[in-house]
This record gives sequence, structure tokens and C-alpha cells, in this order.
Amino acid sequence: MSAYLLRRIWQMIPTLAGVILLVFFLFNVFGGDPAAILAGKIASKEKIEAIRDQLGLNAPIWVQLWIFVKQVFTFDFGNSWSTNEAVSAIILQKAPVSLTVMLQVWLLDAIIAVTLAVAVAYKRGSLTDRAVMGICTAAMSISLLLYVVVGQWLLGYKLEIFPVLGWSDDLWTNVSTYAPLPILLLLFVSVAPSLRLYRSFVVEETSHDYARTARAKGASEHRVMFVHVLRNAAVPIVTNLAMALPGLFVGSFVVEMVFSIPGLGKEIVTAVLRSDFPVIKAITVYLAILTMVVNLLVDLLYKWLDPRVELK
Amino acid sequence: MTQQASYGFWRAAGKRLWADKLARVCMAILAIYFAMAVASGLGWIAADWNEEVGVSYANPSFLGEDYPNPQGKNSMISQEVLVIDDKQKAVDPLAPYYAEIEQRAAAYEQEELKPSWTLPLGGDKWGRDILAKVIQAGEVSITVGVAAAALAVLVGTLLGAIGGYFGGKLGDLLEWFYNIFTSVPYILLVLAFAAVFGKGISTVILVLGFTGWTGTYRLIRSEYIKQRGRDYVMAANAIGASHARKMFVHILPNVSHLILVQLSQLVVDFIKAEVILSFLGLGVPTDAVSWGIMINEVMPELVLGKWWQLAAVATVMSTFVVAFGLFTDLLRDALDPKASRR
Repeated sequence: MSAYLLRRIWQMIPTLAGVILLVFFLFNVFGGDPAAILAGKIASKEKIEAIRDQLGLNAPIWVQLWIFVKQVFTFDFGNSWSTNEAVSAIILQKAPVSLTVMLQVWLLDAIIAVTLAVAVAYKRGSLTDRAVMGICTAAMSISLLLYVVVGQWLLGYKLEIFPVLGWSDDLWTNVSTYAPLPILLLLFVSVAPSLRLYRSFVVEETSHDYARTARAKGASEHRVMFVHVLRNAAVPIVTNLAMALPGLFVGSFVVEMVFSIPGLGKEIVTAVLRSDFPVIKAITVYLAILTMVVNLLVDLLYKWLDPRVELK
Repeated sequence: MTQQASYGFWRAAGKRLWADKLARVCMAILAIYFAMAVASGLGWIAADWNEEVGVSYANPSFLGEDYPNPQGKNSMISQEVLVIDDKQKAVDPLAPYYAEIEQRAAAYEQEELKPSWTLPLGGDKWGRDILAKVIQAGEVSITVGVAAAALAVLVGTLLGAIGGYFGGKLGDLLEWFYNIFTSVPYILLVLAFAAVFGKGISTVILVLGFTGWTGTYRLIRSEYIKQRGRDYVMAANAIGASHARKMFVHILPNVSHLILVQLSQLVVDFIKAEVILSFLGLGVPTDAVSWGIMINEVMPELVLGKWWQLAAVATVMSTFVVAFGLFTDLLRDALDPKASRR
């Protein structure tokens, strides 16, 4: 087990190195001259040169790469080019905002989708099952944008059930007042594909031999579904849920922009619009690290849920 | 008794697809969209989408001219015609030049624009015809989706074929690339590329294409690993076929149906991605128009009660995405009858 863990962590190193190289070359080689971006439209040659010196751009490229590697491991990306705040402070400040919305979406999506998936799988092939699946297919093909734009206008502006947009410093006000509408709209988008996926997991399990054996020995359909089938279907479902975790930190770009929620998603979009490279670089690298760690945890979780799985 | 020749793979798949009523409906819808996109690209229709042909927020024709346009037909401004009499001519210093002024003015072609009060599907803020606009936007969105999908499939197939066929060190290197690209959440990767390469239709195509190849790569690689040990490849090897010939002449046709399904799937995905990118202001530049840019415009319009642009773009876009999504599923069933659908 510990040997497996060590090997997996060892295998992460080349991927991490690759991500660092990709981000470095993307922004430092293809990204144009950041000094020219920083100095603005009417800048003298001396000013650009001074900024280049200040950013260390006149140093050889391997020195710059080394500085970037050091930045990754010391969690110190310097300051944002547009607001001059420390990048690490921005990340620590914005990530919890995204999580306030996304954790609830994640949890509610899991509860609703799993419950409905078991319910429709229970009645698989029936009219209800086909109707629910039809609704899911239709709901999936409507763009998130349309849900957000129409939802904000209808529920926020026209019917005044929720505030149109906003965010406060108080966690409770956010959860009770500002977060519900974005959460509701995100659920419209996320439940349909999850439900379809989870239903297929459950249905696949019901056709296995052990389900037939359980029925043959006289177990009630209820018991077969909830005790036998659901426990086996839980393995891919939990995996799927865990894989969604890294995404929760960046939130939903569209929703955060439209509802002006000051989370990481909005931060990234504004950073891209302002060519604020340090912010984008930092978030990209850390998200990649987080994804790798989560992938490892998912594999361990898999082993824990299903002892038949061999970790190689 | 006549013996009937059995159908080839593509012919049989085509027959399976054609036998499905739903698939025929989808193909008809898609054919209309692609025909419109081509016609718009050649300038046959919607060439004047950027012209001010109506009043600002002109009503859709079926609503009539008055409601709910606050100005309404009755408030149309008519110019008062001034008659210049002798008394006025006496004090006007320009009076001796009237004839000359008119003569000179006649040299220039003049045209009085009469913006119409209603348009077939209404007008936007600048009085542009929404029907023409949605067609033009469709051309841009579909072009981006198809071109980016073609690029992604090309890159993915090429790398997947090389990685799967040769394996070894080269395969490991490509796997490394794959791990790097998939360890960053997709939309974040797209945004990072967009930040560096800026805006523009061709940029969006390149960004989506060069970030979206991973799924195709994975699929094609595993297929090539499966196929490279098959007898027909061994036979090709025995007659001295080169690596390139084995990869692209012998194996490729055997995986081409998977590539086609991938292409179809990616077109839908990329059109959705383009819409989001353009909405965020990172995709198609604002002097062009795409479905995402149209949706971006509707938020202030809704508050004013001008719902027709949203209705038009939502209907047109959703119809296309639903039809293409269903078509992809049916295509997969027809080409790969053994594969189970999720």
C-alpha cells in the first residue's frame, strides 16, 4: 500500500513538471511582451526596459524558468499586474467564495441525482423512466447560458423571488440570500447529465447475477435495490462525485460573471480580459496539482469501497 | 434465384441510419442549417446583417407596429416643410446662391433611409434585422465548431495513431502530453490559451482545436494498440509495407467510424464552448456576431421587455444542438452497433 502510494506520488512529478513547462512557455514565450502590456499603450522605450528589468525578463530563459519553479513551490507568485495584490492572497480570498456556491451545488446534485436515479432505475422501462430520461436529454441540450440569462430575468427581476445579483461579506447572508438562485440554476444544468449517468450505473448492476440470486432467494425488490444493487453502483457514483471536486474551487465562470459573485471563476475571466498573467498562471498550476491529488485519492477510495480492486 | 451482394460496412451503416425516422428528421434539420451557413458564407443571404434596416428594437412583424414599442407609429416624427417667401429671401444672405447650392447638391446621390417599424423577427438595439443576424451568427458558430472539431480530431488521430502504433519511448512521450493536458480542468486550459492568443474567429478555432484533442487521442491510441497485432497488419508487414502505409492505409480505415463519431460529438461540444467563450468576451470579437454574442446582448434587452432576440437565438441554437446531439447518438448506434450506449 505505502509502496503504491510512493510510486503514484513519484509518477506525479513528470506530469507536474510538464504542467509547469506548458504554463511557462505559454505565457513567457507565446504570451507577448508583458512589459509592453504593463506599460500601457503610450510608453517610452526606457519605461518598457525598466519594467522588463523589474520583472526579470532580461534574464536568460532558464533563470526565468527557475524563478517560476521557485514561485510554484513557495506559493509566492508576486503581485497581480492589474491590482497589485499578492496572487496568493487573491486565491485564498476568492476560493472560499466559489466554494460557498459550488459545495452546495455538488451536495444537492448528488442527493437529487442519486435518489432520482435509483427511483427511475426501480421502474426501468416504464413510462415514468422514459419520460424522465426524455426530459434529461432535452434539459442537457439547452445551454447553461440560456438557463442563467432567463433564470436571472424571470426569477430575479420579473418575479422578484431572489435578488437579481449581489454578494456580501457575511457568509450567512450569502448562503441565505445571494447563493440560492445561482445554485438553483446550476442544478438545472448539472442534475440531468448526472442522473442519466447514475441511472446507467444502477441499471447495469441490476442485470448482474447477484441481483438475480438475491431475487431468487426471495429478497424483496426494495431490498435488492437498496442493499444489493446500490452498494455496488456506489463505486462509480462516488468516483464520479470525487472527480468533480477540483472544479468546485474555480466555480462556474458564467454564473459568477452574470451574478457578479467575487469567486475564482470571475477572477480568472477578469484576469484573462486584463492579460493579468501571474493570476492565471498560479490558478492553472494549482488546479493541476489539485486534480492530480484528487485522482490519487479517488483511486484509494475505489480500493476502500471495493476490496476486489487491486492497486498496481 | 438471384444472389444479392452483401452491403459494405459504410453502406450498411448508412442504411441502418436511414431506416430510423428520427435520424432522417435530424439530418434534414442539420442539412438546412449547413445550407444556410454556406449560403450566408457565400453572401447569398444575410449579407446585410450589419445594416440598420429598422428602428431601434423594431417589433417583430406579428406584434404589429405599435405595441410594445414606446414610440409607436403615432409618434413618428414628420418634418415641417418651410416655405420660403420673398420677405425671407430679402434678408437671407444666401438667397442669391440657392440655385447653385441645389445644383451642386444634385451632383451627389442622396438616399433617404426609411427604417422600418417592424422586422420579420424584430430588430436589435441598432435596428439590425434579427433574422439576418441569427443566420450570420449561425454561420460563425457552425464554422468555429466544425473547423475546431476537424482540427482536434486531426491532432488527436495523428498523435493517437503514432502513440498506439509505435508505443515505447515515443508513446510514453505522448502519454506525458496527454497527462499534462488532462490535469488542468478543460475550461481553465481554454481560458489560459485564450488569454495568450487573444480574440478572433481563427484564434478560437485554434484554441479549441489544440486543447480538445485529448479524448480522440485516447480512443484512437487504444484502437491502434488493439489493431497493430491483428493478422491483416502482420500480412501488410510481411509484404513490406512501410510504417506510414500500415498506419494510415491499413489500420486507419478500420477505425474511421470511431473518428467520424468523435468528430460529430466534438462539433456539438465546441459550439457550446464557443458560445460560452464569446459570452464571456473571450471568443469571437465583438464586431462579428455569434450565438454567444447575441445571448450576451439580450440581458439589458430583457429588462426593457425586448424578448425577441433571446427567443430567436434560443430557438435556433437549441434546435441545432438537440438535432446534432441526437444525430451523434444515432450515428454511433449505426456505426458501432455492438457498443453500449451510456
